[in-house]
Amino acid sequence: MQPNIDQELLFNLKLPAEADRLALVRSVVQRAIENAGCDNELAQKIVIAVNEACMNIIQHAYKDIKKGEFELELTRDKDSLYFRLIDHAPHIDLEKVKPRDLDDIRPGGLGIHFINEIMDDFKIGHLDNDKGNYMEMRINID
Amino acid sequence: MKYNEREESGYKLVEMSGDVDLSCSPQARKQILACLDNCDVGVLVDLSQVNYIDSSGIASLVEGYQTAKKNNLNFGLIGVSDAAMNVLQLARLDTVFPIHETVDDRLQAD
Repeated sequence: MQPNIDQELLFNLKLPAEADRLALVRSVVQRAIENAGCDNELAQKIVIAVNEACMNIIQHAYKDIKKGEFELELTRDKDSLYFRLIDHAPHIDLEKVKPRDLDDIRPGGLGIHFINEIMDDFKIGHLDNDKGNYMEMRINID
Repeated sequence: MKYNEREESGYKLVEMSGDVDLSCSPQARKQILACLDNCDVGVLVDLSQVNYIDSSGIASLVEGYQTAKKNNLNFGLIGVSDAAMNVLQLARLDTVFPIHETVDDRLQAD
């Protein structure tokens, strides 16, 4: 999953898949997208979506694994921002990664709903080898 | 996340501040459930000083709300910050939780 050659790289982070790294992710994303011209309201929403995507990796993909890493990359192509996440956890069940019915009031399962609401589109998949997953999210900031 | 709790007219008032994310939401969940085990009327969670809350923090609140309901106790949110309200609205939970500006407002509504 390589970025298009026309896209400008804004940052690339490689981090341990640990919950206490989420604050750093939020801070880097907030700064980068404000520099890219996002207003504060949109920036806050994007931070929510990216935090949830990273959290899914930590909480679900690496659920049964003590140590793992993930990569987060942000690129820009004209008015679109692309967030790409890669992990090296076992393949996830892609069928389970769907927004759920919000009328069912229960804890959990909100992350993908947030991503779906905030981002213009997203896709998930498996890396070509026997391990690893990716997620790409796009949002127009014009 | 910083956390404080005190008693207020039979309620346990849980004051959270800072970022409520996956690094501390399991602790927030435990504390809310422990307060529900140990109160007369119910639990109120003050979110006025919360800068950020993610879906795991929201899940702790939903679990508190459901546990309170099951045990015939009250549950509510107080002084929800703009950042927390944005996330509650995204989850469409802003109309599910009883929300009041202050504890006094809540006590008057009871």
